[in-house]
Amino acid sequence: MSTVAKPAKTLSVALVGNPNTGKSTLFNALSGSRQRVGNYPGVTVEKKTGRLEIDGRPFTLIDLPGTYSLAPRSPDEMVTVDVLLGREAETPSPDAVLCIVDASNLERNLYLVSQVLELGLPTVIALNMTDVAAEKGITLDVAQLQTQLNLPVVPLQANRGKGLPELRAAIAAAVHAGPPQVANPLPEKFQAEVTALGQLSAAHSDPPLPRFLLERLLLDTSGYLAQANLAGVTPELLAAIPAARQRLQAAGIPVPGVEAASRYQWAASVLKGAMQRPKERRKNSSDAVDRVLTHWFSGTIVFVLVMLAIFQAVTWIGEPAGTVIDWFTGLLKAGVVAVVPEGALRSLLERGVIDGVGGVFVFVPQIALLFLFIALLEDCGYMARAAYLMDRVMVRVGLSGKSFIPLLSSFACAIPGILAARVIENRRDRMVTLLVAPLMSCSARLPVYQLMGAAFLPDKSFLFGLLHLRALAIVGMYFLGIVVATLVAWILKRTYFRGPTPPFVMELPTYKWPGIGTVTHRVGEQSWSFVKRAGTLILAVSIVVWALAYYPHRDADLDPALLAEQQQIETKLAALPPEEVAAAEEKLSAEEPSEDQLPTTSPIDAPTPSDSPAESKPSEPLPTSDAGVLLTQLQDVNNRIAGAHLENSFLGQMGHAVEPAVKPLGWDWRLGCAAIASFPAREVIVATLGIIYNLGEDEDESSPVLRDTLRNATWKGTDRPIFTIPVALSVMVFFALCAQCAATLVVINKEAGHWGWSLFSFVYMTALAYIGALVTYQLGTWIGL
Amino acid sequence: MTLADAPIGSEGCVAEIEGNDDIALRLLEMGLIPGTEVRIIGSAPLGDPLELEVRGYRLSVRRTEAARVILQS
Repeated sequence: MSTVAKPAKTLSVALVGNPNTGKSTLFNALSGSRQRVGNYPGVTVEKKTGRLEIDGRPFTLIDLPGTYSLAPRSPDEMVTVDVLLGREAETPSPDAVLCIVDASNLERNLYLVSQVLELGLPTVIALNMTDVAAEKGITLDVAQLQTQLNLPVVPLQANRGKGLPELRAAIAAAVHAGPPQVANPLPEKFQAEVTALGQLSAAHSDPPLPRFLLERLLLDTSGYLAQANLAGVTPELLAAIPAARQRLQAAGIPVPGVEAASRYQWAASVLKGAMQRPKERRKNSSDAVDRVLTHWFSGTIVFVLVMLAIFQAVTWIGEPAGTVIDWFTGLLKAGVVAVVPEGALRSLLERGVIDGVGGVFVFVPQIALLFLFIALLEDCGYMARAAYLMDRVMVRVGLSGKSFIPLLSSFACAIPGILAARVIENRRDRMVTLLVAPLMSCSARLPVYQLMGAAFLPDKSFLFGLLHLRALAIVGMYFLGIVVATLVAWILKRTYFRGPTPPFVMELPTYKWPGIGTVTHRVGEQSWSFVKRAGTLILAVSIVVWALAYYPHRDADLDPALLAEQQQIETKLAALPPEEVAAAEEKLSAEEPSEDQLPTTSPIDAPTPSDSPAESKPSEPLPTSDAGVLLTQLQDVNNRIAGAHLENSFLGQMGHAVEPAVKPLGWDWRLGCAAIASFPAREVIVATLGIIYNLGEDEDESSPVLRDTLRNATWKGTDRPIFTIPVALSVMVFFALCAQCAATLVVINKEAGHWGWSLFSFVYMTALAYIGALVTYQLGTWIGL
Repeated sequence: MTLADAPIGSEGCVAEIEGNDDIALRLLEMGLIPGTEVRIIGSAPLGDPLELEVRGYRLSVRRTEAARVILQS
C-alpha cells in the first residue's frame, strides 16, 4: 500500500435558507471570489458553488435557491432536495448543512429548519439580521435558543461581516459531529405510516426511497411527487398512499395540514423562553416606509417614478454605450486595416469578428445598469412590493406581478429583460414572460422606425400640432408590440403553458439599506455570465452572416465596365503627386459625411435616378482639387462595387430567392436581403440598406442621402417607386414584431434551457411579423395611402 | 367568514385552510395554520392583492387565495 499522505478530502456544505435572509451576502462573504456558476442539468436553476478554507481544510459551499420549504412541487424545487439528499449526480453529497435564518422572523424560518433536520445531516444555524430583530423590539436569548434547538447557533450580521469567524469555526466543528439529535415533530402514528411505506419501498425497489422522500410523498397532496417519475417511487408505493392518508384522517391527523401544525408547534416550543416579541405592536421605520410605498396614491406615484427612472436609465445608457463600442471597434478596425491586406481575411476580421464582439459587448452596459437597479430594489425590499403593486394588472394576461419588471426592461432591451425573468419562480410564468419579452419595442427598433418614418411618412400634424404623424406611427409600433405580446401570452397560458395558477403567497420583506457588496457582486456576476455564456454564440452567428454576405465575392461576376471605371480612376490618381492626394484625402475625411459628396451618375442600374434631389441643388460646393474629385468618384465606384458584390453574394441570392415571398409585403429583393442580413441585430438593416443602395456602410438612420436614395428607389425596369407609405409601414410593422436579434435568441436558449424555445420564438415572431407586414401593406394599398 | 371578506384593518384568527393544492400548501407553510392571528394591513392600489401581518411578518396574498382562509367566527 502507498504510504503517501492523502490530501485532506474536500468537505461540502450546503447553504439553505428562506428568501430575503441575506443568504447571497453570506455566500459571498464566505467564499469571496472563488465561485463557480453553472446550471443543474434539465432545469433552469442556477448552480452556484464556492470554495473556502477553514484551518487549512478545503470546503465546497453549495448555494441552494432561497426557499420557504423543502416540499418540492416543481422540478426546480426538486433540485434542492436532490442535492441535499446526495441524489444529484454532479454535485457532491453534502457533509453538513448551513441554514441561515432571519432573527426577526424566527417562527417561519424555523419551519424550514425543522424540515432540514430530517435530512439527518449535521446542521449549523446562522442567525442573521439580529439588528433588524432588535429594532423590531424582539429580545433573543441565543444560549437558550441553542440549548432548546440542540444545534450550534451563531449570531451574525452578514452585511457587516460580524460573526463570520465564529461561523467558520462552527462549520468546521459540525462536520465531525454526528447527525442532529432532534426528534421528528410529526405525530407517532404518522411516523409509523412512513415506516410502513419504507418497508414497502425496500421490498420493491433497490435502493429504497429515502425516508425523507417517503414522508414527502405521503404529505404531498398537490400530486407533484407522485407524477415526477422519481427513482424509487414504485406503483406499489403510490397505491398504498391513499389508504394511509385515510387511516391518518380517521385518527384525527389530517394530511397535509398536520405538517404545518406540527412544525409550527415545534418552532413555538423551541422559541419558548428564548424569544420574546413585544406585546404592543411597535411602529418601526420599515412599517412607516411601507405605509407610504403601498398607499394607493403615494405608492402609485413612487412606483411610476421608480419604473420611469429605471426605464429611462436603461434606455439612455444604450446610446453612449453604442458610441463607446463604435469608437472601440473603429480603433480595432483601423488596426486591422493597417496590418491585414485587403481581402477576405480583413473583411472577416472587420465585419465578422470585431462587429461580432462589439455586438456582444454593446449589451453589457444595459445589462449591468438594469441589474444594478434590480439588485438595489431586491436588496432593499422594494422588488416584492413592485410585484405586489402590479399583480392585478398582470393577472389579466395570466401572469403575475413578478413579470412586470422583466417586461418593462424589455422596452429598453430584451436581453436584460429576459435575464431578469429569473426572479419568477414558477416555470410556466417565467417561460411565457421570456417568450413574449422580445415583442416589446426595444431601443434597437427605433433607428428602423425613424428611418422609415422620416423618409416616407408625410410631415403632418393634427390637433394644433400636438399630434405628429411620424411620432404617432412610432407610438403605434410600441402599442402594437404590447397588444401582440398580451395576446401571445394569453394564448400560451391557455395552451402549452396551461396549468393551475401558481400561488402569489409571498413575503413582503422588511425594508433595509441595500448592501453595496451584494449589489456590485450581483451586477458583475450577471454581466460576466452574459458575456461568457452568450458571447461565443453571438460571435458565431455574426461570422456566419458575414460569410453569407461576403462569398462568393468573385470579380468575374461584376459588370466589367464597373471594374474598368475603378481601374481608370486609380490610374489617374496614381499619376497625381502623392502629397496632393494625401491632402485631398484628409480634406474629404474631415468633412461631414453629407449630401455634398454626391457621386456622378452611375452607369449600372443604380436606383439613384438622374434627378436626384441632392444633385439638383446647384449651390453644393464641389471638391476643389482634381484629386478630391477623383477620390470622391473612387469612393462612389467602390460603393457600387460593394453593392454589386452584396447582390451577387449568397445573401443577395437569398434576397432574390425570397422576393416572391416578400413581394406581397410590397418589398423588393433589396429589402428582403436587408431583412435577412439584419438577423444578428435589427439595427443592421440601416447599414445594409446603405451598402445595397451603393452608399457604403456608414449611413445611419438620420442620413439625408440614405433617406433620399430610398425615396427615389424604383422597381427594376420601371419608374414605379419601391417605397410608398404602405411599404414603409409594412417594414416598420415587420421590424416591430420580428425576432431579428441573434443575441435575444441565444439568451432565450440559455434561460429556457433548450434551443427549441429559441427556434419557437424565431418562428412565431417571424410568422407574426410577416402576417402583420402583409396586412399592413395590403390594407394600406387598398385604402389608398 | 373568509379572509377575503374581512374588512381592511381588521384582525382575525385562522380556523381552517380550504383545499389540498399548491395554494393551500403554501398558505400552511407560510404559517397560516388554525389558531394563527392575522391582521389585514391593506391592499394594493387596484384592490388586490392584500397585505397581511402574520407571526410578526408581512405577507401578500391575492383575494382568491385569501378566500381559502376561513376565519373563526
